Amino acid sequence: MTMLGKLDWSAIPFNQPIPLGAALGVFLAAAAMLGWMTVKGYWPYLWREWITSVDHKRIGVMYIVLAMLMLLRGFIDAIMMRTQQVLAIHGPGYLPPEHYDQIFSAHGTIMIFFAAMPFMIGLMNFVVPLQLGIRDVAFPTLNSVSFWLTASGALLVNISLVIGEFARTGWLPYAPLSETTYSPGVGVDYYLWAIQISGVGTLLTGVNLVTTILKMRAPGMGYLRMPMFCWTSLASNLLIVAAFPILTATLAMLTLDRYLGFHFFTNEAGGNQMMFVNLIWAWGHPEVYILVLPAFGIYSEVFSTFSSKPLFGYRSMVAATMFICIVSFMVWLHHFFTMGAGADVNAAFGIATSVIAVGTGVKIYNWLFTMYGGRVRFDTPMLWALAFVTTFTVGGMTGVLLAVPPADFVLHNSLFLVAHFHNVIISGVLFGAFAGFTYWFPKAFGFRLHEGWGKAAFWVTLAGYILVFVPLYIVGLLGMTRRLQHIDMDLWAPWLRVAAFGVLVMIAGAALQITQLLVSIRRRDKLRDETGDPWDGRSLEWSTSSPPPVFNYARLPHVEGEEPYWRIKQRASEEHSPDRGEAYEPIEMPRNSPTGFVTAFFSTLIGFALIWHIWWLAVVGFIGAYATFVIFAWRDHGDYEIPANEVARIDHDHMAARSTLLRSRERPA
Amino acid sequence: MTNHAFSSDISPASQTLDPHELGGHAARSATGHGEGGPASKFVTVAYGFWIFLLSDIIMFSALFAAYAVLAKATAGGPTGKDLFEPARVAVQTGLLLTSSFTGGLATLAAYRRSMAATQLWLFVTGLLGAAFLFLEMQEFAVMIGLQAGPSRSAFLSAFFALVGCHGAHVSLGLLWLGTMMAQLWVKGFRADILRRLHCFGLFWHALDIIWVAIFTLVYLLGASS
Amino acid sequence: MTKIASKTGEIKDRRDSAPGEERITENELAGGLAGYLLGFGLAILLTIASFLAARTDLIYQPAVVSALVVLAVAQMGVHLVFFLHLTTGPDNTNNILALAFGVLIVALVVLGSIWIMAHLDENMVVMTPHQAGTMP
Repeated sequence: MTMLGKLDWSAIPFNQPIPLGAALGVFLAAAAMLGWMTVKGYWPYLWREWITSVDHKRIGVMYIVLAMLMLLRGFIDAIMMRTQQVLAIHGPGYLPPEHYDQIFSAHGTIMIFFAAMPFMIGLMNFVVPLQLGIRDVAFPTLNSVSFWLTASGALLVNISLVIGEFARTGWLPYAPLSETTYSPGVGVDYYLWAIQISGVGTLLTGVNLVTTILKMRAPGMGYLRMPMFCWTSLASNLLIVAAFPILTATLAMLTLDRYLGFHFFTNEAGGNQMMFVNLIWAWGHPEVYILVLPAFGIYSEVFSTFSSKPLFGYRSMVAATMFICIVSFMVWLHHFFTMGAGADVNAAFGIATSVIAVGTGVKIYNWLFTMYGGRVRFDTPMLWALAFVTTFTVGGMTGVLLAVPPADFVLHNSLFLVAHFHNVIISGVLFGAFAGFTYWFPKAFGFRLHEGWGKAAFWVTLAGYILVFVPLYIVGLLGMTRRLQHIDMDLWAPWLRVAAFGVLVMIAGAALQITQLLVSIRRRDKLRDETGDPWDGRSLEWSTSSPPPVFNYARLPHVEGEEPYWRIKQRASEEHSPDRGEAYEPIEMPRNSPTGFVTAFFSTLIGFALIWHIWWLAVVGFIGAYATFVIFAWRDHGDYEIPANEVARIDHDHMAARSTLLRSRERPA
Repeated sequence: MTNHAFSSDISPASQTLDPHELGGHAARSATGHGEGGPASKFVTVAYGFWIFLLSDIIMFSALFAAYAVLAKATAGGPTGKDLFEPARVAVQTGLLLTSSFTGGLATLAAYRRSMAATQLWLFVTGLLGAAFLFLEMQEFAVMIGLQAGPSRSAFLSAFFALVGCHGAHVSLGLLWLGTMMAQLWVKGFRADILRRLHCFGLFWHALDIIWVAIFTLVYLLGASS
Repeated sequence: MTKIASKTGEIKDRRDSAPGEERITENELAGGLAGYLLGFGLAILLTIASFLAARTDLIYQPAVVSALVVLAVAQMGVHLVFFLHLTTGPDNTNNILALAFGVLIVALVVLGSIWIMAHLDENMVVMTPHQAGTMP
């Protein structure tokens, strides 16, 4: 058995029907999926067009597919938690504590790292190069590596469902609970390696997008001509680059404690558990803004487009974004006011936390004033944005409340806190993701999502969300702490039942969203958008066709001011032609590469081997990863050339469609 | 200005020989900082690596923070004063500093497109790095032999993690250096290899900067207090 | 249109320097071989000064820490200027800004952690003699 380290048959949960059933279900579904693709002969297509693709648009789409799958997985965990808390009023419920603990740990981990992050990164990947008017990100192959490393981390988390267990320590594995003394199993190790591997992917994305935005803009696109989404993406990726290394270091310290007997965070030999909490939140707070800043950018685009007006206060918005970017690094202690720092430390961080709300306040007013006096169109993306502005403000206000240390001493660790951060993350990030998804879907696939089903999904999801989290605020104020496996207080029972009913409504919302997607795909010919500009957009991504050609722009656009596409449209309708009449030139594009996929294969191997202490396999994985790296570095031709006449041919159809569009949009002067 | 081909081509509309723009900002709208279109591949790659290095330094900052907080947590075990050997650290510092210098000489040799000189200075750089690494491993071995390994106390955990992380970076640098030297030998001074050479230079100098912080904050302060 | 043929084999914009790219001509202080030699010399001097400062009695002892930190910062500066060729010129703005952001985060993480953890230590519950016996 030493060949396989700690791994043996006891790792499969034969004696626990629920995890075993779930594992079997996932396993069968995956096998069925793979079998179906093999029978249909889709593999060559998938390999050629998606798995080895280094096209930022394809990678963006794959990120979002991953995010949506993980969103469903995390949602299932959430459903189990809500139902357990209802069924376990004066009773054991159906989830034993050790299983319940894994569920809430997995829920948080999956939702933050594998649903919210990939969703935002996917949207940034897809949109940022298009908005900047360029052909790809700065490092296309690295981009593919990033995605596949993220997928590798997600895979490890899901493997833990079948083989072994997941962490029972919460979404942040606080020491010393997460040390080997108290968590001897492989759960925490799954957490550590999954997050480390996907964290490397995220860091590389940060490097990639920061470089792209700062160094790769279309001619004339100065900083203050970039669309707001590019600004918030820049801020978000700067935060990734600055914060993720702290997470890497902190988890590495915990790993050293667990694997090599170090004493960073142990009870013994001078270890300091509070240092773990300190360091993890030095990453954890910026992480919140890594997620929400891109969403703020999406809302900015949506409010401006669907109000048919330029964004109000563009420069103040830029300033507020960069202000948040910096100040988000000065507030982390508010996650542990109660740990025992003195009044001065708590006051300093409490004030900084309140101050950061000013930046967000500026943004809220700017969005409101963008709508003021505009011709507001209530399409689905706009509905998500409106729901955001109203509900997020509530979440923000409860955040300011929690920023007051004495109040935090009362509310710390309660369901009030849980309601608060769901209130900001769902309103802020998830609604933003849905808004961006609906908004840019036609750009990615050339047809719109069905409006009717989309609106139905929106209203039902919003109702369910309010029904779940308002009761949680209330039970929090009534003293209910988070992560309770069973409940003995009658006072809380009715509110928990309302919350459970809310989850049923949210399930209906999720079903409607899936229906929307399926219906839209079936009726794609009716929903087709030939123009590339279905929303009367204002930034450059709407100037190319939908879906854009692999090179995005046949000729790089010349940017002459803010809202470049709006100007192009105006000028084109004056000149009755969208064409600048310039010659086409051949375009060099990066070749597809399996490097990302192969690297992720080996890192999954390394992760799995280290989790189960199969040392030889880890060595094999490292050698494989190094060999992949050398082979990639050794190749002679990284690019291929698309000849000028081919570029002209591809662009021709689009130009024709565009001329029709511009003629139809010409308004009497 | 119709020539806006991708990447390694930049076409500023006008060019001033006044790098500090004392004569005003007349040409700014079309040039500089990517406003004249995507920056060259060289600038892009080097800048991306620069950002990565900054993230790496932030990772070290977390290890430095842990060391600073845990430096006094010796749990009754040996302190820095008992364990650190200033002479060894001085030699290590000299080795790494000189390798940084020879790395610079390799860069200059690459500018001259002199294969022999480039390979020679890269080899010397690697050799000095390996010697540094040898001394560090020897130090670790001595400490572990004295029952002062990383499991002895939180202080030693933090010490081994911080210094060991730097050592791991040097090791990876050596692996990179060897691979790159082979590549340079086979493929010559190609643009992509010159970019990698440049990034390696950045990496190696950055490691030296981190070492300055380590020998000051860990060894000198530890031995003097 | 002026392009400068670069030493690194590619044509590039004079307004935008890559990090570490040497734009300074050999006539200037930090350029070419002379620059590396000068940087190397300065770094050696500063290193020797650091090692001496740590051992000497000439400096008022409580100030040794400050002296060492100042010397280290000076040496990092030497590395940045002479080895990494950072300048304050406009072609280096992006590189300097990125560096400044990094330095800010490093300072926040290190100083913030020290400040916070010192406070937490001070306010910790008093240990029993047995617990204290296992601590420094």
